[in-house]
Amino acid sequence: MSKKPTVAVWKFTGCAGCQMEILRLEDELPSILEAVDIGYFMMVKRHYSSGPYDVSFVEGSISTPREIEEIKKVRSNSKIVVALGDCAVYGCVPSIKNWFPERFMEERVYDNPSVIHSMKIHGIDEYVPVDIYLGGCPPHRGMFMETIRALLISIRPNIRRHAVCMECKFRENECLLTSRKRPCMGPVTLAGCGAICPSYNRDCEGCYGPMSDANATGLAEEFKAIGLSSDEILRKFRKYAGNSPKYAGEVGTQ
Amino acid sequence: MKRDVSISVDYIARVEGVGALDIKVSGGKVEYAKFSIYESPKFFEAFLVGRRCDEVHELTSRICGICPVAHQMTALRAVENALGIEVSQQTRDLRRLFALSAHISSHVLNLYFLAAPDYFGYESVIPMARHDLDFFKRALALKKVGNDLTELIGGRSVHPISAIVGGFTAPPDKDSLRAIKARLIKAKDYALRDVELFSSLKIPLFERRCEHVALRSDSEYAINEGRLVSTDGLNIEENEYRKYIGEKQVLHSTAKHSYVKNRSSIMVGPLPRVNLNFDKLSPDARKAANQIGFQPPVFKPYMSIVARVLEVVNAIDESIAIIDRLKPKQEELSFEIKAGEGAAITEAPRGILYHYYKFDKEGKVEKADIVTPTAHYAYNVERDLYELVPNLLDQPLEEATLKCEMLIRAYDPCISCSTHLAKLKIENKPERSLFARK
Repeated sequence: MSKKPTVAVWKFTGCAGCQMEILRLEDELPSILEAVDIGYFMMVKRHYSSGPYDVSFVEGSISTPREIEEIKKVRSNSKIVVALGDCAVYGCVPSIKNWFPERFMEERVYDNPSVIHSMKIHGIDEYVPVDIYLGGCPPHRGMFMETIRALLISIRPNIRRHAVCMECKFRENECLLTSRKRPCMGPVTLAGCGAICPSYNRDCEGCYGPMSDANATGLAEEFKAIGLSSDEILRKFRKYAGNSPKYAGEVGTQ
Repeated sequence: MKRDVSISVDYIARVEGVGALDIKVSGGKVEYAKFSIYESPKFFEAFLVGRRCDEVHELTSRICGICPVAHQMTALRAVENALGIEVSQQTRDLRRLFALSAHISSHVLNLYFLAAPDYFGYESVIPMARHDLDFFKRALALKKVGNDLTELIGGRSVHPISAIVGGFTAPPDKDSLRAIKARLIKAKDYALRDVELFSSLKIPLFERRCEHVALRSDSEYAINEGRLVSTDGLNIEENEYRKYIGEKQVLHSTAKHSYVKNRSSIMVGPLPRVNLNFDKLSPDARKAANQIGFQPPVFKPYMSIVARVLEVVNAIDESIAIIDRLKPKQEELSFEIKAGEGAAITEAPRGILYHYYKFDKEGKVEKADIVTPTAHYAYNVERDLYELVPNLLDQPLEEATLKCEMLIRAYDPCISCSTHLAKLKIENKPERSLFARK
């Protein structure tokens, strides 16, 4: 039998939710543990191997100088690096602070900002090349499974690139945007969640980040037509993936 | 172990987030004991400013992937308090069921996956599973039923989506709730069995009298609402919190330390909850407690794992009772945006969670203040260590280190959460490495 691949799970600046989503694979975990070795997963294991790792799943954004050094170490120790979740891909909601001067943010939180050295929040590919992007807050556990499956048979994982709308149609939901004139982010948002929000009668908030060829400007115009103020539109796009170049016009950088 | 020794764990495993432990003993006396949190800052309170009242709970959910439900419930109640919104009994019931479901899965994660390996002599649950697959599968089944209930109500278990200001976008249907109920009944058998299992472990007997703080309600085992009470006579409304609970910055940690003003550190979480609400536990949870000789108040911090498993039984009982009486129907939700301020406290799985917001007339956040369970008890953990470590000096260093780690795991720290705002970054703080553990 060939050697089992070694999988590592890392946490940078994030909420541990992506790791929790992995641990949500209650039915699959026993067989995953048969198929791969866990080389590093501090939330679960006290012991770890120092690498190299066949695949590293990275949760969290890069928000301190120390983390820049560490993500580079992870990269050089891993054959495949997977950005797991919006923080690792775009910076997610903490990146909202990127739109304000650091000192404003520091002054709001710290009594003595002179000792604080905060920096802009970025996804990990600001600093290292990334092989696979799994967007989502959190990315659905099925995407983690697909990546492990692909790893085991040495193929590229089949990650969706189309919009939430496709999944929404499969579920035969009424369109919130066209029929109900509600500001749903579905048309620009990457699928993978199963269109949960519209299925629960809630507008998609865009938590998987932009799809492959998102027409953000078109959707922003649609939002304007149904009565959203420019401030409301800005807040829609400056949330999970405000750093994404695909949203540049809508978040006000061009 | 010598009388002059340093205990140092650079990256505490099997807790949620990035924390470290530094203890220095000289001449048999603890010189310092630091439970350091060096998780990176996320500045939630800063970037919430300018965001609108209806997205606050969605954003603060992202403080923590382990207790997103608790953050959502607390944020929603704080927003509703600020805007003067009353919610229906159905919403209160569903929110309680929602919170209980998260208590079940979070407690099971701590008990079986994070804490148990220490007591059974494993480095993690992975080799343990190979040895006792039945235990592992039972743990997974219990965790799954909690998570599935969260998912049924909230759409997904991590950062659920259906809870909004005023109620739920779509309530769960009765048939799905009934199906989960059948699984909860089975899960209760497991949990009752494991009350015996966990209480029969060699739990360290270390005891320290300190102030235990929890919510308390006359009508129920308080989770989402109640008065804040303590073993030392605290008894306040949630909006009086800042009058009585202080915070101070410490140099070695990115989370602040909480204390009761004019007194000292506090313990929060399952043990204080059970101690202060023993009479409100479900009859079967109380019976199980009596059978294992649990007599409140218990001031042994390692006994938190027993309190936690008792709470699993209680949460299952209460969930079943709520499912039995719920007849969910779609509700019309609307509210008026206006200026105001409001606070709320709920019981997250690991203890009290405080949110406060002030809104301008457009309903935008002017000020936010959030104190998480781990920030509430971080100071208390250190005070425990000061008393605990001198008792460990006759043990080998490795054993003593493990005992300290086990104490921290008994508190079930949620470190991601505790530094939603990092309060301080000190120049001379030692650089930590992800690879640092020897």
